[in-house]
Amino acid sequence: MSSPATEVKSDAPPLFVFDKKTRRIVTDPFSENNPITVQVLGICSALAVTTQMSTALVMASAVTAVVCGSNVVISLIRNWIPPQIRIVVQLSVIASLVIIVDQFLQAYLFDVSKQLSVFVGLIITNCILMGRAEAFAMANPPWQSFLDGLGNGLGYGIILVTISFFRELLGSGKLFGFKLVPAALYEAGYANMGLMVLAPGAFILLGLLIWAQRTYTGFVEET
Amino acid sequence: MEALTDLLSLAVRSIFVENILLSFFLGMCSFLACSKKVETALGLGAAVIFVLTITTPANWLLDNFLLKEGALSWAGMPEVDLSFLSFITFIAVIAAMVQLVEMIIDRFSPALYNQLGIFLPLIAVNCAILGASLFMQEREYNFAEACVFGTSSGTGWALAIIAMSAIRYKMRYSHVPNGLKGLGITMLMTGLMAIAFLAFGGIEL
Repeated sequence: MSSPATEVKSDAPPLFVFDKKTRRIVTDPFSENNPITVQVLGICSALAVTTQMSTALVMASAVTAVVCGSNVVISLIRNWIPPQIRIVVQLSVIASLVIIVDQFLQAYLFDVSKQLSVFVGLIITNCILMGRAEAFAMANPPWQSFLDGLGNGLGYGIILVTISFFRELLGSGKLFGFKLVPAALYEAGYANMGLMVLAPGAFILLGLLIWAQRTYTGFVEET
Repeated sequence: MEALTDLLSLAVRSIFVENILLSFFLGMCSFLACSKKVETALGLGAAVIFVLTITTPANWLLDNFLLKEGALSWAGMPEVDLSFLSFITFIAVIAAMVQLVEMIIDRFSPALYNQLGIFLPLIAVNCAILGASLFMQEREYNFAEACVFGTSSGTGWALAIIAMSAIRYKMRYSHVPNGLKGLGITMLMTGLMAIAFLAFGGIEL
């Protein structure tokens, strides 16, 4: 910092350092700017894969990996993408990364990959990816874009794990496939809530979760 | 005759019983974003039916004559398996088809183009479109089934979004708690609608 030529501009965020502003990029999507409950992105897969905690966890990690990767790649090439065809470029970057993740899952986690079926492929059209690429990665350098991807992936994961926790516990009395509700309770007349495993349970649960989360943060949507 | 009844039952099943939106959660993003007005919902619904009718059979042809294991035997290469390329091929076909449809409508029916105009690009990233192609591939439909499945999935989706926009229209005059406004109450209503559609599950065809 002694010579004027190497002086760093004070408002530019220093690279690879977690200052306050950079940290907010990661932590904001957890609650205040959550991709699912506030930005309304990527709801399809959030509901479809949450009947069990194991599939929800795998899906959340897959989406996090893809959104980090695509944000970095798109941010690296952002100055060379012609604006007219940017959607096609973004889609092809995302689709290539999803193919890699899909092949990886088929090779190492075949059972889970069978359960997720078409929803791994549907990560391509998950709005979180396009939304973050368009809103953040097109205008920011790679490191910040990576952190933004990480934050949004984890924020998405938090919601997925919460929903799947309730759906698996209430719907089949298990967590990660282990029986949690004791047999004595079933004999006393307790029954699993079949609705939770079905589609309507997911919609209603997410609705309630959004209600709780928005009451907590005080976010009110304009209608 | 039997083939025809099979197709009919597939159509009824994918419109009502296994509605692509209410039981597979596909196309939720545009469903939530564009269901505020009935006119918008009608336009988007029509566009989705249109694009699904074209892309599902188109992707079937590509899958069976290019991508599947042994699909290239007509070109003398029976051992080539390109199925790992299916995601990127399908999404490219969908993006190209949406562009093509946009240009055709613009050329031949400017009035319809003005109605659909803004929604057409949105459709390229609608999961229902890619989802229908992936389901078609996974369930190994034949060509006729793929055509029927595409059209009727689109119809089911359009039905759901039009119904939802009508309910949301009513909802404007209701007093909803602050945290529940917008997305929250819409999710709860979608849940109730999905329960109503579960009633079709008992139909034997």
